Amino acid sequence: MFDDRYTLAHKLYPYEKHADQDKAEAVRHPVVIVGGGPIGVATALDLGMQDIPVVVLDDHEGIGMGSRAICFAKRCLEIADRYGCGEPMLDKGVVWNLGKVFHKEGKIYEFNLLPEDGHKYPAFINLQQPYFERFMIERLRALQAEGKPIEIRGKNRVDAVDVKDDHVVLDVMTPDGPYKIEADYMVACDGASSPVRDMLGEEFTGKVFQDSFLIADIKMKNVDFPTERWFWFEPSHGSGASTLLHKQPDDVWRIDFQIGWDVDRKEELKEENIRRRLDAMLGDVDYEMVWSSIYTFQCKRMEKFRHGPVFFAGDAAHQVSPFGARGANSGMQDADNLGWKLGLVIKGLAPDALLDSYSEERVYGADENILNSTRSTDFITPKTEMSHIFRNAVLNLAAKHEFARPLVNSGRLSVPCVYDGLSLNGPDALPGAPDRTRVGAPMVDAPIGDDWLLSMIGGDFTLMTIDAEAPETIDINGIEVKRLALTAEGNPELAERYLGDAKTAVYLMRPDQHVVARWERFDTASVKRAVNTATARV
Amino acid sequence: MSEVNTKPNIEGPDDFYETLLAAHEGKTKEESDAINARLVLILANQIGDREVLSKAIAMAAET
Repeated sequence: MFDDRYTLAHKLYPYEKHADQDKAEAVRHPVVIVGGGPIGVATALDLGMQDIPVVVLDDHEGIGMGSRAICFAKRCLEIADRYGCGEPMLDKGVVWNLGKVFHKEGKIYEFNLLPEDGHKYPAFINLQQPYFERFMIERLRALQAEGKPIEIRGKNRVDAVDVKDDHVVLDVMTPDGPYKIEADYMVACDGASSPVRDMLGEEFTGKVFQDSFLIADIKMKNVDFPTERWFWFEPSHGSGASTLLHKQPDDVWRIDFQIGWDVDRKEELKEENIRRRLDAMLGDVDYEMVWSSIYTFQCKRMEKFRHGPVFFAGDAAHQVSPFGARGANSGMQDADNLGWKLGLVIKGLAPDALLDSYSEERVYGADENILNSTRSTDFITPKTEMSHIFRNAVLNLAAKHEFARPLVNSGRLSVPCVYDGLSLNGPDALPGAPDRTRVGAPMVDAPIGDDWLLSMIGGDFTLMTIDAEAPETIDINGIEVKRLALTAEGNPELAERYLGDAKTAVYLMRPDQHVVARWERFDTASVKRAVNTATARV
Repeated sequence: MSEVNTKPNIEGPDDFYETLLAAHEGKTKEESDAINARLVLILANQIGDREVLSKAIAMAAET
């Protein structure tokens, strides 16, 4: 009755019988999270750090095998950093800057990403998903040791959900049999095939691409194989529309073969068949197989990510093609977005309406991700004869002429969306200020002495002043806004990223490090109004 | 000496590419070819400079 759906890489939260299971009445919790994957655990970290009691229910006892989401982008790492687990990810992860693009048998060009200086985190790292998850669970354990009210229950499978007006009743199955649990709010982070979504009868719609990827993780016996990303269009070394090779930690390389929809999974997964593809691509290289899998993808999302007291986050809410690494990375932004809003509402500091903005903002983000990954998919697998002709013309010209290279689309790396024009935004009243830090944008990191700007902000509303005066703290109907006083003198990165042509600046930042409003000078009434807008208190 | 600009010059290349392909959606190959031919002539007129046009034609003819 309790078979694992997958093999575990790390058994980190073995089943233990909980006192809730013996209670005659279902025990009510402020927040129950369904799913102990990266997004569920991130949401738990966010809430736990705010001292909001949270219970994570997972139908397994740890982290699943397989490298899976291996590319973690800057914003995702910055969020993990705010949760206190970004640094081990960065230490373990692989950074690459050199990419090569191939078409059929030949290399057409190479590029260097030339990362911008003055950021704690790089544009992205490659890291096997089990490491990413393990660092978060380790952080969760550390927070528990500090007394933060986070629980994770292994082999607790949610079998039924009854959504009431102001709470949810869950039927949970365990190795000791079923029990009931109640939640004021429930966050479903139970993955692309989300059982909770099905239980609620919610639709998951969108443009469906049907394609399969054969993933092979291999360990090179000759470790001087380069740390580069290779992307092939129409590779001559085997069937399929594309092949992607990149490096992971532990001398493991990941190869993704796009092999089409109508494949015999069992046949394709036979080691000799995987080796046939690998050998054709890599030539005379010695390697051992670490892991392989076939996965399929779709580009879809739910219409709304909030249904009363139930929220959907991560793949449960939206799914994209893998090009651009917009799956786990955008899921982390969901957690980042929902955490502080739930916290304020549960503490009685903001009205329920604030929670609607989670859906508004993250649907907006999901659409941007779906648009980008759809375009990449269309470029990589052209659907019509004419789009194929154009695509090959781009690749042909890109080999000789720089102008065609920006048109080559093998995935646009996940970047966080800017919540332009959405309802929590305040005034953008800083003439001459840079576009990249406009209202709605996520903050851009900058060095501050020996520290980093993003390490100094987050979790609360912050008033960041640059060469401008303001009170050290302001209480706005129970929400405390703290000032971070900075100077642009001797800090060209800060000046370039936050002042532009302005001489002084006052930025109001949300707990998730998005810009609420910006002005030249501090003004109490304006800041109050902006905080009230950003918390839906108006 | 007028030269063909071979540096990236289109803002929002992905948006442009999508617009370009959208013009071909639902068209037969023959219709699409005709769209492309008209587009080349429109863009050529926009450029105007005969020397640039000759060089661009030579570039495109290379394989």
